[in-house]
Parts: sequence; C-alpha cells; structure tokens
Amino acid sequence: MASTAPPPEIPALDLPAPRPTRRVLRHHWLVRATHWLNALAIIMLLMTGLNIFGAHPRLYWGDAGSVDQRERIWLETGASPPWRNPTGWIDIAGTRFTTTGVIGVSQSPKGTPNIVAFPHWATLPSGRDLATARSWHFFFAWVIILNGLAWLGYGLLSGRLTRDILPQRRQLSPAHLWHDIVEHAKLNFPKGEAALSYEVLQRLAYAGVTLILIPTVILTGLAMSPGMDAAWPFLDALWGGRQSARSVHFIAMSGIAGFLILHVLLVLLSGPIRQIGAMITGRMTIGGEK
Amino acid sequence: MILPPTILKRRQLLTALPAGLMLTGCDALTRNPTAKAVIGSAEQATMRWQRLVGRDGLAREFSAADISPIFKVNGTHEPTNPEWQRLAAGNFTDWRLKVTGLVTQELALTLPQLRALPQRNQITRHDCVEGWSAIGGWTGPQLSHILKAAGLRDGARYIVFLCADDYGGEASKGGLQSSSRYYESIDLVDAFHPQTILAHSLNNQPLSTGNGAPIRLRVERQLGYKQAKYLMQIVVAESLAPFGGGKGGYWPDRGYEWYAGT
Repeated sequence: MASTAPPPEIPALDLPAPRPTRRVLRHHWLVRATHWLNALAIIMLLMTGLNIFGAHPRLYWGDAGSVDQRERIWLETGASPPWRNPTGWIDIAGTRFTTTGVIGVSQSPKGTPNIVAFPHWATLPSGRDLATARSWHFFFAWVIILNGLAWLGYGLLSGRLTRDILPQRRQLSPAHLWHDIVEHAKLNFPKGEAALSYEVLQRLAYAGVTLILIPTVILTGLAMSPGMDAAWPFLDALWGGRQSARSVHFIAMSGIAGFLILHVLLVLLSGPIRQIGAMITGRMTIGGEK
Repeated sequence: MILPPTILKRRQLLTALPAGLMLTGCDALTRNPTAKAVIGSAEQATMRWQRLVGRDGLAREFSAADISPIFKVNGTHEPTNPEWQRLAAGNFTDWRLKVTGLVTQELALTLPQLRALPQRNQITRHDCVEGWSAIGGWTGPQLSHILKAAGLRDGARYIVFLCADDYGGEASKGGLQSSSRYYESIDLVDAFHPQTILAHSLNNQPLSTGNGAPIRLRVERQLGYKQAKYLMQIVVAESLAPFGGGKGGYWPDRGYEWYAGT
C-alpha cells in the first residue's frame, strides 16, 4: 500500500532547493492571533455551555418542548435514588447509560455526591449559576463570531483557505486517504518540507471544524434567541424549530469538543514544543531531522 | 485571585499555567467587578445588533395545531399577597390596572375595559431562560393603545410592570419596596411593538392562577421571565434606578440580562 501512494507533497513555496536547516514562516500573525483567541473562546463557551445545559438537562426535537411534553425528549440526564448514594444516568433515544461520577451525579469539591448534569471541573462557573454562565457565554459568542470573521476574511483574501485548509482534489482519492490514515495510525507525522503543508486528514478536520461545526453552533445559537428569530425568521426554520436548534447546538458542540481533544493529543504526539512554538512565534525549523 | 494579564505573557498563560490554577482563576474572575463590566458589555452589543437588524421584526406566529398541550407554569404558582388573594376571591371585579408615572392622564382600568379595547390574538412560542419552550395562544389589548390613552410625557424611557407576586416567598417583607416583589420593564421600542399585549386569555380561556391571572404581559421577542404575571400597575419612568434593585426586573437584579432578546 505504502509503495503505491504518492510521495509527500512539496508545496509550491518560492524557495531554493532544500538546505540542511532553516527557519521558515509557518503561520501568519493573524492566523496565530485568531487561533489562540479561538481556543480561549471555545474553552469558555464549552464550559459555560455545560453549566447552562445543567439548568434544563433535556433536549427535544421541534419548535417547543418542556417537561410537560416528555414525548419530545430524546436526550435527558438525571439521577436516581438512593439519595445518599445516587446513580447518575443519561438517556439517549430511549437507552439509559449509567454515568455516575461524570454525568447526572458527580463529586462536589467537598467529595459529596452532587446532582448536576456535568461535574464542577467541567463547567464555568463551577457551581450552578445560570445568570453568570449565560453572560460569559454570550460575551465569548461575540468573540468567536468576530474572530472567526477575521480569520475567514483573511483566509479568503489571501487564498490560504483554499490552498492550505480545503482538501485538494488529488488528496481525496481512496488510496491517498488510506495512506494518510495508516500514517496517522503509525504516528508517522510529516517531516521536513512536508511539515509545511497539511495532509488530507488534517485538512478535513480543520475544514470540518471551521467551516461546518463552528458555523453550525453559531447559527443554532442564534436560532435560540427569540429576538434573532423575530429579526431573521429563517434561523429557527433552518433547524426545524428552536428546540431542534438547541439539540443540534449540543451535537455540534460535542463534535468540537471531540476535535479539541484529538487536536491537543496529536500536537502532543507530533512534537509539542515545535508545533506550539510555531503557533506562537509563527516560525518552524525545517530540515536537519533524521 | 485575579491574574494580572500585563505581567503574565501569552506563552506563559497558554502553555505553563496549570489547568487547576486557571479554573480557580476563572471562578474568581466571574466575581470581579471589572470583569463583570467587560463581560456585561456583550448585552449592549446584542441589543444594538438586534435593533439594527430587526427593530420591527415580528415574532413567528404559529397555528392552533402547534399549541402545546400544557402551557408549563413556572415561577410563582399562586401569589401569597393578601391583596391579590382578595381580588382573586372576588373574580377580579375590584382589580384595577393602574397606569402612573410620566403620563398626562393617570388611568385605573378594569378587566371589562381592557377587554373592550381592540384585541389582538397571537399564537407564539414562549422561551424560558432555562432552555424549554411552550406554544400558547394569547389574547389582549396592545400595550400601545393603553400608553396612547395615558399619553407619555417628556423623559419617558421605560415602561415598568409591577406585579402582585413575591417570588422567593418573602411576602412578610411586603409592599413594593420588597426586594422579592416581582417586576419587569421594557423600553419604548418593545412597548410600542404590535405584539406587545396585556393578555387576559390563554388558548381562549381566562388566564389560570399559575399563568398570571388576571393579566400578564406578553413581549414576544424576549425570554420568559420578561412576561410578567399578576400585573397590578404600569409605571412610565425615566430611569430604572428607583425600582427593586435598580436593574429593571426581579431576575435582572439577580444577574440575568435586562435585554432578554438574547
């Protein structure tokens, strides 16, 4: 398999033939700034969002839904007695999973069982506080929108979005995709010139998060706003109603959280100093590797 | 424990700071007044944005088939206030909606008078701040009719709704000065919006006790806690400072957004 796959791509950089070691500009300043601001906003939005979910830990399909319309619930978290030692659970589409310790019931900082959707270490503020969680959530919603627009504007104008983020037609062949999956599974990460461009799985992940999942959480978030629904009636109609939008918001959030975990893990596995250094200083040392 | 951002460099903040320290820092930060002011600025931005793109937008109106089987009762289920209890016992024949403040003509309207005004029917979605929604059909006169009848004087900026219920059960403290007395307020843009009505009926039935009898406000482009129940008095005001905790509503006094178009 590996022998039939194309060699690692050398990007069309205007550079002379490979030299032993050199520092190259890997990330434009605007990309670095928006990356870190986005990271901060996503973490804040995730943690405040999990606190907000705790105020009504049920998800429905359709326009409306409440505890008086249980048939519309497709996801719910909760706890069951004995109350001295409660069991935490999550119901998804009629199937119950016991999740004591993480979802439904978790340990409070004092070590006692706490009946809450998500544990204190995963939410901001750590205790139940819908008012504070909401005001922080909406502040960082503005941050992620404005930051995202800056990134998108730069990406479109510079051509970087289509050149560096969108998967290239050539990369989407089954053989190429398989090759990249195998390389990731072996933890063989691109070195030398190849490290200056993203491989196909990375492109799919970055494009999926930035162009699909983040726009989805933004649009479903807006669809939950009664003021925005009145201003732009297509917002809630797009998702089949406000409660459906709330469900999709939660699902897309889970996708972003999954990406975040995988992204941090792969950075740690592929040379964290070099990778994080490049995203801070913008520069990466190329060549001289074995 | 507040992190001084000017001393810590970005690299330190992002790579060296242990997660635990950051989380404790965040909880402390949520209580810091400066941080609160910065974070709270988003509410103003949201309000300005929504006014820019949809000042005259109408909340979606649904069909009778969409009405929720049960319109969930939230907040107060029955006011303990003796005056409201007395009025309810008399089927609200003695109830008057007082309209006071910056008006040219103070009013005291009876239920039959409110029912005699031109009525608006609207089947709308009620969105609770907690996350659930219910659809109900409301009937009542537009607030704009009543405000025009009273006549607004110069300086009028807010319409404040004083309610009969002491949410939080501190009825013993009594009176309008009680910090637990429910109240809400809106600005003139929402007050004169065609869907802002004083509803006396839900799904063609007089309002139940749980849903706010005899009258509740409907301001359809905002969240559930703005839909003040058990209305007793409307005050036209220049400032929200004299009312309750000064933030314009029972829940806004407790940290929630005053502009709940969110």
